[in-house]
Amino acid sequence: MSPTILITIISLSLLALISAVILYFVAQKFKIFEDPRIDEIQAILPAANCGGCGFAGCRNFAETLVNADTFDGLNCPVGGAEVMDAAAQILGKEAVAFDPLIAVLLCNGLPEYRPRTSRYDGVADCRISNNLYMGETDCSYGCLGNGDCVRACTFDAMYMDQASGLPVIVDDKCIACGACVKACPRNLIELRKKAKKDRKIYVACSNCDKGAPARRACKVACIACNKCVRVCEYGAITIENNLAYIDAKKCTFCRKCVTECPTNSIIELNFPPRRTKAEVQAEEVNG
Amino acid sequence: MLKTFPIGGIHPPENKLTADKAIKYLTVPESVTIPVSQHIGAPAEVIVNKGDDVKAGQVIAKGRGFVSSNIHSSVSGKVNKIDNVIDSTGYRHPAVYIDVVGDEWSETIDRSNKIITEIALSKEEIINRCFESGIVGLGGATFPSHVKLSIPAGKKCNILIINGVECEPYLTSDHRLMLERGEEILIGISVIMKALGVEKAMIGIENNKPDAISHMTNLASELHGISVHALKVKYPQGAEKQLIKALIDREVPAGQLPVDVGAVVNNVGTAFAVYEAVQKNKPLFERVVTISGKSLSQPGNYFVRTGTPVRNLVEAAGGLPDDTGKIINGGPMMGKAVNSIDVPIAKGTSGILIFPRDESERPAVGPCIRCGKCISACAMNLEPFLLMTLSEKGLFERAENERITDCMECGSCSYTCPAKRPLLDYIRLGKSTVIRMARERNLK
Repeated sequence: MSPTILITIISLSLLALISAVILYFVAQKFKIFEDPRIDEIQAILPAANCGGCGFAGCRNFAETLVNADTFDGLNCPVGGAEVMDAAAQILGKEAVAFDPLIAVLLCNGLPEYRPRTSRYDGVADCRISNNLYMGETDCSYGCLGNGDCVRACTFDAMYMDQASGLPVIVDDKCIACGACVKACPRNLIELRKKAKKDRKIYVACSNCDKGAPARRACKVACIACNKCVRVCEYGAITIENNLAYIDAKKCTFCRKCVTECPTNSIIELNFPPRRTKAEVQAEEVNG
Repeated sequence: MLKTFPIGGIHPPENKLTADKAIKYLTVPESVTIPVSQHIGAPAEVIVNKGDDVKAGQVIAKGRGFVSSNIHSSVSGKVNKIDNVIDSTGYRHPAVYIDVVGDEWSETIDRSNKIITEIALSKEEIINRCFESGIVGLGGATFPSHVKLSIPAGKKCNILIINGVECEPYLTSDHRLMLERGEEILIGISVIMKALGVEKAMIGIENNKPDAISHMTNLASELHGISVHALKVKYPQGAEKQLIKALIDREVPAGQLPVDVGAVVNNVGTAFAVYEAVQKNKPLFERVVTISGKSLSQPGNYFVRTGTPVRNLVEAAGGLPDDTGKIINGGPMMGKAVNSIDVPIAKGTSGILIFPRDESERPAVGPCIRCGKCISACAMNLEPFLLMTLSEKGLFERAENERITDCMECGSCSYTCPAKRPLLDYIRLGKSTVIRMARERNLK
């Protein structure tokens, strides 16, 4: 073996050894301790990175969970109770029960209720048309129908209904991450408490005008007549800014307000069909 | 060589169909709807009640705060109601509805045709009269004039620039006003010069109005300190900063006002309104409006009382053509389509344009081909394609760094884009969001 090769091997090996020693000490000096539980929790999170928890992605949420003293106010809407319980087990903390939520659209301005007064041919972007003018109908609070919410949804839980021009929320896909709530420039989407069998009762209107102009703009507008407030036995309905609001936490789904509303602005969804009066009487007779 | 601004600009077809149509007085309508916010700043506060009798020129809403303006009744009659009306913003805002009875004006208004050259009022009195009379910039931005005329402490103004450019296609209201009310405009300019305490005024007029240039030059030759300058035809020369650059070669730094470089810019229409307010004691309740469009049978220029529905003006111009696609409030470049034909004409309405369906449809949008035409068209040296993408994707902080707030929304980029991309639509969205963000930051 020629001495050149020998010298090369020895010098390179020495260099490697010295570097390794230096690197070892540097690594010790600048070592950052990372809780291994963060990785464990991130592994059980859904990895949707939707931001529904209010944090910047699943990793950030996992870090928050590990560092948090209690689970108060922390919830992964995608994983739900199952994931939160598992995370609580890893960290040895108590999971806080969260009511599952679901998005609802606070506008029911179908073309037959809300006549078109102008035609918009600009960019199909709600933020732009909202900046420009009140929209294609006479209601300056209602849905503009350009689909910002649908584009914001990463769970494929929304689609635009071509006939009605309104977005539709698919109940079993929506996990209430709140992306559509942020996307809507008119704040028409609300996250409400999810009820049994996806039943929903809410005021599908956001028009804050007084009764007469609201009714002129849309047949199913809330006219703030107070009838629903009077009929509700549970004090769940309040009126503010000429608009009724049903508190989902107090509502018992008795459906009295739905029949009382003169403009049908309160809607019920996913309920079995109502019995007619004749049916009720027949039942009473039969005992 | 004629003067112009150095960067960007476009040459849209001029289509000044009404340039030789003398200004007529539009018949006073049966009822008017006067919005209480016809200016930039705080809306005025209504001081009349339902059932009150009002005269033309009477204050019906008082300006709230410094940056605000008084609103006057434009007709005599009875207040019918105070209710919301769809105005040129496309939304409902409070307005005073008045049913017209006769045409009685406030006694203080001098209704004679006599031209008064002697300026009796002092500097402070002129500024105060501008506020009392509700004078706002009539070029379109409707910035209250008394604010513009009150030079902030520590700043100095040494030149008044009068904007007779009228670079928007179709519009001819300023052009006609210069031809028919030239003397009054010049007195108005002298009044503004007195209020500002400046010795020099320059009137800039684009070279496509040779009759106005020669007429104004003749009239101004007798006056000391006022000169008329012909400018090369290029859009958007009527923009404040571009006009200053073209006439006196001073550049207004980003985020600053013309007064920071010692200039104040006013429109010829504003100069005329100042003349009427100061010399004739007539508040601003009437302005020249161009009604134009190729499909109209009788386009023209009219003195219109504020609060008159667009419908009345369109009827005077021969009625709404059947194939109308859009009614534009303002010029074709910066104006905005109205969503109701009953939108009232306000202080800022310089023109009403009727476009047939085939001219007003927006073409299909193609992908950006990176040709850079929007960059060469931008008179503010911005990169419109970038600002659009940033706004579209919601990257507003970066848009702010790219100086999105410098955009004056002239629309040259959208006009020039071969792919017909909605550049300005998105830039406007980004600009309004950035301004809101900056305001919230300042509040903290």
